[in-house]
Amino acid sequence: MKVIETHNLTKRFDRLIAVNKINLSIKEGEIFGLLGPNGAGKTTTLSMLATLLPPTSGRAYVNGFDVVNDASKVRHSIGFVFQDPSSDDLLTGRENLYLHALMYGVDMRNINKRMDEVLKLVDLTERQNERMKKYSGGMRRRLELARGLLHDPRVLFLDEPTLGLDPQTRQHLWTYIRRLADEKKVTVIITTHYMDEADQLCDRIAVIDHGKIAAMGKPEDLKKRLGGDVVRIKSKKPNVAAVKKLRYVKNVKHNDGMVTMTVDNSAKHLQEILKKIGNVESVETRSPTLNDLFLHLTGSEIRDEEGEGGYFERMMASNRGNR
Amino acid sequence: MGELNGLYALWYREVKVFTREISRVVGALVQPLMWLVIFGTGLGSILSIGTVNYQTYIFPGILAMTVLFGSLFFGLYIIMDKRVDFLKEVLVAPLHRTTIFFGKVLGGSTDGIIQIAILLVLGSIFFGIHFTVYSLIMTIIIILILMVAIISLGLIFGAVMSSPEGFGLVITFVIFPLFFLSGALFPVKSLPEWLYSFVAVNPVSYAVDALRTVILGTASAFGLGIDFAVLIGFAIAMVAIGTWAFKRMKI
Repeated sequence: MKVIETHNLTKRFDRLIAVNKINLSIKEGEIFGLLGPNGAGKTTTLSMLATLLPPTSGRAYVNGFDVVNDASKVRHSIGFVFQDPSSDDLLTGRENLYLHALMYGVDMRNINKRMDEVLKLVDLTERQNERMKKYSGGMRRRLELARGLLHDPRVLFLDEPTLGLDPQTRQHLWTYIRRLADEKKVTVIITTHYMDEADQLCDRIAVIDHGKIAAMGKPEDLKKRLGGDVVRIKSKKPNVAAVKKLRYVKNVKHNDGMVTMTVDNSAKHLQEILKKIGNVESVETRSPTLNDLFLHLTGSEIRDEEGEGGYFERMMASNRGNR
Repeated sequence: MGELNGLYALWYREVKVFTREISRVVGALVQPLMWLVIFGTGLGSILSIGTVNYQTYIFPGILAMTVLFGSLFFGLYIIMDKRVDFLKEVLVAPLHRTTIFFGKVLGGSTDGIIQIAILLVLGSIFFGIHFTVYSLIMTIIIILILMVAIISLGLIFGAVMSSPEGFGLVITFVIFPLFFLSGALFPVKSLPEWLYSFVAVNPVSYAVDALRTVILGTASAFGLGIDFAVLIGFAIAMVAIGTWAFKRMKI
């Protein structure tokens, strides 16, 4: 069964097209990553699926419900963890969960049991009665993740869930998310601009750039698309033109004495490349990463933009209070 | 059932937060007490209105002022809450916006009535205000109607405004005119006509008049029936506009 389906989903802000005719089809229990630079349309796509933003055109179905006509049913069946904190600092972790349970209509007889369960899942049982202003960033994230799960949603939306967390906490969160998808068959839609997160956590990813899907598939398949290994050569006066003529060399990029390319069977061909390019100072060969794919698809390094709000995100933030 | 639980959740949250921020409760009482103690004593040393001491005379007006400032800000603060706070989680929940609106109004009224109760106790102990069962019940009813109206007004501003930069404008052009033109500090009967007409279109004037009539037992300027009619009308209008504004509010 398809848990999420979109048909030409589009969102315009005035004259800017934030999301441009996106078609997605996501299975139950899948961890699906939306990957892209800031402002690519990830958060906008997520917001439309979660009924927070009405699409300009196209359709989207979550758990079989139309996000426009059955918004209330969609909301009941999804959990959402925001990029920014969205819990009350003056309340304890457990109190925040309690309010969520009331608002989402969790059966009163089960509320305590459910709260105990989700707290245990994210290892916050011992800290549950502390006010949230004493929580660290990671604990807060975990609590909000637990809260998103409290009403047993079939789909969980996570907007940059590990942004700003230390590596250990990120690993922990990945474990929880993986467990949810495997054991409870919860479908997880995640936006991220961490390549390792997309690579290790997601079953499938879609690379979004300028509101369009640039590539979609399993991370390993996408990496294979680059064909061969990534070779980086540092040279004072590289003969780029000569290297470009070689048939087993692709995606040659030259930037200030640093030549990057993908090479079929680099072990066999490296000698010849080095000869052609001349004046070699250093060589580096490695398997392609998602970052290379990203660079290839979008022409920009995703890492450079980490942590800062992109254009659309900022525009949305400034639009929040407007009608 | 779901909506009722939601309403309870929103109320529960406001009251919990309020009881945990004692500084907010105390802070909200400093301003009215300064008016009563400093301004009231100062002018009271040379002035009585009718047979009533000036300090006593402004007590009902200061109650209305406390509602005005406290309640309007309670609503306005949702501008901040919309960005990074619990409100975002509330707006995403499967609840009607109307429920969220009433949850806010209910929570804010509970907070406000606690502050007013403290002022009433202080009033009867230190400022010589004498309450009967009748005047106490009437006072609370009037305060509640005014509170619902002003919280709604604040929520309307909060829903429409996109940034806290407009706060100053609201204070200058809404709170102060509503306060100074309400007759909280002076009798309205002997005002020049141009000023009286401003007082007469200010709904807060009718709350002040009603409070003064029931607390001090003096003659009403507009008539208690008119006071109640205007106040209830004002509250209904604010709630109606407020629920409408909430439905249109984007996250």
